[in-house]
Amino acid sequence: MSSKPTFFRDNKRDAPRARPSSSGWRNWIVVVPFFLFAFLFILLPSVSLLLRAFRDNDNRFTLMNFVGLLDPSILSAYWVTIRISLATAVGGGLLGFLMAYAVTVGNLPRPIRTALMTFSGVASNFAGVPLAFAFIATLGRTGLVTLLLKSVLGVSLYDQGFNLYGFWGLTLTYMFFQFPLMILVITPALDGLKKEWREASENLGASHGMYLRQVAIPILMPSILGSMILLFGNSFGAYATAYSLTGGFINLVTIVIGSQIKGDILYNPGLGYALAIGMIAVMTAMMAIYYFLRRRSERWLRQ
Amino acid sequence: MKKRSFWSWLWIAIGTLYFILPLYSTFDFSLRARKGVLSFLAYERIFKDPNFWSTIEFSLVIAIFTIIVSILLVVPTAYWIRLRLPKLRVMVEFISMLPFVVPAIVLVFGLIRVFSGAPFFLTNTYFGTYVLLVAGYVVLALPFVFRAVDTGLAAIDVRSLTEAAQSLGANWGTIIFRVIFPNLRVAILSSAFLTLATVIGEYTIASFLVGIKGFGPYMSLIGQNKTYESSSLAIISFLLTWAFMGMIQLFNRGKADTSALAGAR
Repeated sequence: MSSKPTFFRDNKRDAPRARPSSSGWRNWIVVVPFFLFAFLFILLPSVSLLLRAFRDNDNRFTLMNFVGLLDPSILSAYWVTIRISLATAVGGGLLGFLMAYAVTVGNLPRPIRTALMTFSGVASNFAGVPLAFAFIATLGRTGLVTLLLKSVLGVSLYDQGFNLYGFWGLTLTYMFFQFPLMILVITPALDGLKKEWREASENLGASHGMYLRQVAIPILMPSILGSMILLFGNSFGAYATAYSLTGGFINLVTIVIGSQIKGDILYNPGLGYALAIGMIAVMTAMMAIYYFLRRRSERWLRQ
Repeated sequence: MKKRSFWSWLWIAIGTLYFILPLYSTFDFSLRARKGVLSFLAYERIFKDPNFWSTIEFSLVIAIFTIIVSILLVVPTAYWIRLRLPKLRVMVEFISMLPFVVPAIVLVFGLIRVFSGAPFFLTNTYFGTYVLLVAGYVVLALPFVFRAVDTGLAAIDVRSLTEAAQSLGANWGTIIFRVIFPNLRVAILSSAFLTLATVIGEYTIASFLVGIKGFGPYMSLIGQNKTYESSSLAIISFLLTWAFMGMIQLFNRGKADTSALAGAR
């Protein structure tokens, strides 16, 4: 037996308190690894691209790299990328919304909803190389759907000017992961539509169409637009699917950046950095609008 | 009422068709490696290819390291900003959303430019590129790992658990590893499998950092010269994704999970 009363000894190595003063370095040490990581692997790469975008080959300050973005081939890359992103955001957004609407507000059995959610989780993650393979087997020159259309309907897609490696092909391929993503992000908003609103409008004599036009759609609009913007960004920054589908032979912003990483195809390294910064700028604008719209929608759709 | 559910069924049918057709076509195609008959020849060839196994193994190991690093980074941070530093919450949330504005192709561009030169020289050694690859994947996974962990922490009473553990004499290590981690196992497991699903066939970052060592670039290489094998690879990769996502459903007990979002790849 120790001669010291145990009372004192316990007091000396007291357990840490849950609410000590919030000052002191010990308080910050826990979050240091996270911030250090973010600094090294997110901030530093982005800032380094930003700084290089304002330097010429002799390391002097310049704005010429951004002027270079106005080159016709670069402008056309932006134009194609924007068109594809817009088409897949609106198309995928509409299909995803209608499907999510069907399983939430429409009267479909519960298991359909569960199945749809699982499937959306899988399909929204099924992008890149295997997705490109799947669409080559479907809509490529010897794809199943291409052959079916020819033998059954007598329609030859490729004679009609369709090309899997062009705008429509890429759009249809991107849609495969875009509409499931829409289902994932829009379902919570649809769940937020209250039964009471529909009942109230019906009591006031509104038809289903009036309820949709004057109550449901206005409330959902910020969420729908916000989600479509998320889809836009998702397709704007996509590289793997486009590259493996077209082998790099499509003029997209991400593809040009990729070629620039492999070697200086633009004969001006600064232009590659400006392209990357332009991409971050577009994505930042998209996310800012998304957050603005999400806050608007939260006004009504609090769960 | 009848009319409305007709439309509901119609949209579900169209979506299902959109989903099923490419998969069916791919599967059908993958069975045609032997002329005139349906066979699993393309699959046999893939399974006999040593590069298939070595790239799968490589990507799996990278994925496991990604999971370990992201959990060790995110869990203590999310726990601490809930318990002690709520002021930092906005900043941590902001950082975890950054991958949405920095697409994978731009991220890998920046990583290569920063870490190939002084003072890091990470791309000069294999080990260095693996470190960069894991770091890139941790960034990709950050949005959904943080959200899953933060939602998990919101569901448990962090403060009471911490105080209870402390009054029993636990130190911080014990609290984090033996109280917080077990209580977050659903969040940790689902973000781990989501990370696996994202990382295993990832192409953009892997192709620039490690080339055909990764499973994504391997698939791409097969696609360039072997038609039937590439279809069978697409089916295998789809089954893998399905298996990982199915695991998440299992852990979440069928709850709708909307946090499965990552940035553009």
